[in-house]
Amino acid sequence: MAGAPAPAEQPAPPDDSPTLGGGSVGDRVYRTLTTAFAVAIPVLLAFITFEVVAAAWPALRRFGFGFLTSSAWDPQRELFGAAPMIYGTVVSSVLALILAAPLALGVAIFLSEFCPRWLRQPLSFLVDLLAAIPSVVYGLWGMFFLLPILREKVMPFLATTLGLARTPFFSGPAYGNSMLAAAVILAIMILPYISAVSREVLMAVPRSQREAALAMGATRWEMIRDAVVPYARTGILGGVILGLGRALGETMAVTMLIGNRHEISPSLFAPGYTLASVIANEFAEATNELHTSALMACGAVLLVVTLVVNGIARWLVWSVAREQKA
Amino acid sequence: MTATRPDRATPTGEAREVPGLVESRGFNFWYGPKQALKEISLTIRPRSVTALIGPSGCGKSTFLRSLNRLNDIIPETRHTGSIRVGGEDIYAPRVDVVNLRQRVGMVFQRWNPFPRSIFDNVAYGPRLNGRPSRADLDAIVESALRRTALWDEVKDRLRQSALSLSGGQQQRLCIARALANRPEVLLLDEPCSALDPIATQKIEELLFQLKSELTIVIVTHNLQQAARVSDETAFFFLGEVIEHDVTARIFTSPKVGRTEDYITGRFG
Repeated sequence: MAGAPAPAEQPAPPDDSPTLGGGSVGDRVYRTLTTAFAVAIPVLLAFITFEVVAAAWPALRRFGFGFLTSSAWDPQRELFGAAPMIYGTVVSSVLALILAAPLALGVAIFLSEFCPRWLRQPLSFLVDLLAAIPSVVYGLWGMFFLLPILREKVMPFLATTLGLARTPFFSGPAYGNSMLAAAVILAIMILPYISAVSREVLMAVPRSQREAALAMGATRWEMIRDAVVPYARTGILGGVILGLGRALGETMAVTMLIGNRHEISPSLFAPGYTLASVIANEFAEATNELHTSALMACGAVLLVVTLVVNGIARWLVWSVAREQKA
Repeated sequence: MTATRPDRATPTGEAREVPGLVESRGFNFWYGPKQALKEISLTIRPRSVTALIGPSGCGKSTFLRSLNRLNDIIPETRHTGSIRVGGEDIYAPRVDVVNLRQRVGMVFQRWNPFPRSIFDNVAYGPRLNGRPSRADLDAIVESALRRTALWDEVKDRLRQSALSLSGGQQQRLCIARALANRPEVLLLDEPCSALDPIATQKIEELLFQLKSELTIVIVTHNLQQAARVSDETAFFFLGEVIEHDVTARIFTSPKVGRTEDYITGRFG
């Protein structure tokens, strides 16, 4: 149609979407093309899901529900259970969120409310830059810097100085490689996402809300606490969810720090495993078909866990937003 | 009221400790390099309604926001001259701005209740100032809602979100929220410009009742409103007070030609 002369002169064909007009060839091409793009995404998602589930089917059929509850993982004896990985994925991500969310909110509040203007841009840029560091670099940094600090300073402090060793959560030997290490590195990695979103929504809080609080005699801090943060909470929650999504699927840095052991231990000092890590570690060396299938099943479970967590999170955002409006 | 120019009635610098008395003397205000207010000397009588009128961008709102120091939050502003509220120089170094803003309440053009319950909106000020008992708080909230004629409309749904109210009700809720602080001065920045005539009328009736207790300063673009609700009117133009007089006189026999031009609609 490149050579089609003056398509505008042709009578407009009957059109089913009156708002668009859609008279010219260009319009039709454009519409077809964008529709195709839009349809391609869900199709791709469905295709990936289908492929993963199909490849996982042998393992899922063999172990059934036990795949989710068993801790056995022995490729030689063809025994596969993903419970430690599911546990590790969820616990490391949630723990990372608990560490990162308050910190990120603090960063966002400082950047949007207290930071001098000349400092805001460069500082925001630096925080955002945390998201640009490759995962494997985080892993290296974690192995050579974070692990020694955790092993020699933080873990003894938590266990002995604070006396938390008596609780099951901080007991056992401090190797370094642990659920705690994975959670800390994840927290650092998701912090820029949460803080960037929070910063934007905090800055978008209308001036009228801020002035409402100030004019009532609120101090700056009271204004932030009473007017700014509550108004922005839906958006902040959205940022937290974005961070959670990142944390659940993060692979490389976690693999390098979590210790990769197929065990469920309540202690954060103990090594663990995640769904993403086991796939990264074992896929290249998968010896038999069932092993490959079990790893695909891990992928399917990760997909489901991510969908469920995102679903819950979206419901949370939706209910908070609705409560705010009602 | 005998003086034709009430702002000249008080000698410069004299501090009278009359609650609700607002006295501005030689007040200048700048946004960066731009001067927004020039030598504003204005005395606002307690327990009356004073309307500030004039074209957009002539400094009315800036002056209003100077009375509770809300302009403090805008960076790169400065001022000279003085403003006294109830005899206290509000720009003196030791003034507690938080306390000032409790004494000088404000209602904005666009109603801005917090996205919380009706009760919590009105209770916001008292809760900020201290820890009132439940009974005290209930009494304060009820009183403020009664004074804004909202009580009968909302008494059965105090726990519902303030955002469920109509625009006019939300604006009256904002007035109630300001009243709960027991201010001596109430500033209103075009409070009715986004409201329908019925809601506007309700607010105007409210102002008429409230002025027996406190000083009211209202910025308005609606000249009929200024004529209806105010006792005195000050005409602002390009950052200056061109004329300040009893409202009836401003609207019937203004002394300055420019005032007459404005109120007869020749410009603005």
